[in-house]
Amino acid sequence: MKQVFVFVRKEFYHVFRDRKTLLLLFGLPVMQIVLFGFALSNEIKKADIAICDYAHDATSQKIVQALNAGTVFQTREVLFSHREIESTLRRSDEKLVIVIPAGFSDDLYHQHKAQIGIIADAEDPNLANALIAYAARIIADVQSRVIPPSSLPMQIIPEIRMIYNPELKGATNFVPGVMALVLLLVCVLMTSVSIVREKETGTMEVLLVSPLHPVLFIVAKAIPYFLLSLLNLTVILVLSVFLLDMPVNGSILLLYAESALLIITALALGLVFSNITSSQQTAMLISLLGMLLPTVIFSGFMFPVENMPVPLQVLSNIFPSKWYYIIVKGIMIKGLGFAELWKETMILTGMAMLFLIISFKSFNIRMA
Amino acid sequence: MNSRTVIRTKNLTKRFGSFVAVNHISFEVSAGEIFGFLGANGAGKTTAMRMLCGLSRPTEGEAEIAGFDVYRQQEKIKKNIGYMSQKFSLYEDLTVYENIRFFGGIYGLRPRALKEKSKALISRLGLENESNKLVRSLPLGWKQKLAFSVAVIHDPGIVFLDEPTGGVDPITRRQFWDLIYEAAGRGITVFVSTHYMDEAEYFNRLSIMVDGEIAALDSPSALKQKYHAASMDEVFFELARRAVRQSDEP
Repeated sequence: MKQVFVFVRKEFYHVFRDRKTLLLLFGLPVMQIVLFGFALSNEIKKADIAICDYAHDATSQKIVQALNAGTVFQTREVLFSHREIESTLRRSDEKLVIVIPAGFSDDLYHQHKAQIGIIADAEDPNLANALIAYAARIIADVQSRVIPPSSLPMQIIPEIRMIYNPELKGATNFVPGVMALVLLLVCVLMTSVSIVREKETGTMEVLLVSPLHPVLFIVAKAIPYFLLSLLNLTVILVLSVFLLDMPVNGSILLLYAESALLIITALALGLVFSNITSSQQTAMLISLLGMLLPTVIFSGFMFPVENMPVPLQVLSNIFPSKWYYIIVKGIMIKGLGFAELWKETMILTGMAMLFLIISFKSFNIRMA
Repeated sequence: MNSRTVIRTKNLTKRFGSFVAVNHISFEVSAGEIFGFLGANGAGKTTAMRMLCGLSRPTEGEAEIAGFDVYRQQEKIKKNIGYMSQKFSLYEDLTVYENIRFFGGIYGLRPRALKEKSKALISRLGLENESNKLVRSLPLGWKQKLAFSVAVIHDPGIVFLDEPTGGVDPITRRQFWDLIYEAAGRGITVFVSTHYMDEAEYFNRLSIMVDGEIAALDSPSALKQKYHAASMDEVFFELARRAVRQSDEP
């Protein structure tokens, strides 16, 4: 065990003396998160909306007045047909269009049910979400004023449609994606490069001749990057919670445990890559092409996997980042626990085991 | 010098496919000897040495290092040997002291012993002012002397040096050999491969490899007598002329 300590200490010297690596390690995630944080604005004041009021009755007037009463919305345009809605949103002058169908009051009082359309430009998903929430609340306020609470059956049902970005890709998707990306980058790239560097410089041979057991070598190589990755994960989480208001609805412990699982998978992969290459450049290239690209493309945080051709959808299943991404989203956003995520966890565990076995096997072959 | 045998090989062979890199070599080395392994590039020196160190598994034949079998007692062998590879093999981004501490730790030296040894090592090499400098900043000759000292920091029974003096000036090489003699004086058997013929005179005994086989094995003076040569250079050319193999080692 003393040998492992000596080795781990040496690895940390390597990491901390290589400024460029260090910058890449911690600078990249911080930059991505901060940039994204500044690109987002959660403050909403005087958002322009358009009103398309086919009803023109007492209740619809009240709703329009209520919408304009606060500081959130201001009516910029009054539309008279459905066709204008699309062109208005396309010009991006208005972020929201409120459509009140003809006979609104009649429906409300006689059918006990009236519908109101809220169409949002979801290009900026967080903004769209916030605006819809405000609008829905204002409409609910109006409802409670015009209808006495006792006569319950009557209600206005806001019908919400988001266009342009129906999946609401935003921070909630971005953060788990960055997490998967950074953990893989750090683990696969750093591990494989650090091992291949020892081969290049000839220190590997000296270590192989030494009494250091190969398993201890692998463990000692993995520990520093495991720890650094956990630190990195913490940095990302802190930034995304305090800067981007990302929720962590599920267990943080489970989140770390699942991340540790991905890190182990990635470390094993890095080991496999380092066994099949002998130059740092090759190792770097394989890691980048083999891990980063698939993570970006197939985990679903940049491009929706559901829209891909079936063969690519099938292919996406073999990348660990996809499962990790599902798990992280489940924990952070939906607040899911292990009971709901055991299937994905098992898949990830299986991958980790497989890569570990391959890496140990291939490492032993090199010793022969 | 006692005559205990520390390296013994019998018909040791390594094949890569149909290519026979090392062909049935048999020799013995006694404790405390400085044993030379000479040969042109591609003669099989490095392959043979790699088998003795446990970096490469022999195809057939027997070998015993420090009394342990290379097939079955690899772990015990590792504790009893030191190794310095052809490539310069210290960490350039670690300081002199950190390198010593790392390799000492890997060989399981206790902290106090390690501290004493590194102090002695640093003063023997005259590196007192450089001990906290990165190895990267040292001249090549110093690096190699340091690498050798680190390779024997755990006082192994045998140290294997694979072309240790490549690319160094004659004066530094001379100093390097002083270190080797010093180690031999402490009872360490030194096994050196080289292709510098002028170094041949330094060896107690040496073997000359040609085409994967040992063409000659004896002390420098005996070899010169046998081949009626004035210098080891002539002996070597006499033997190497018979080589058919041209290429580098695979």
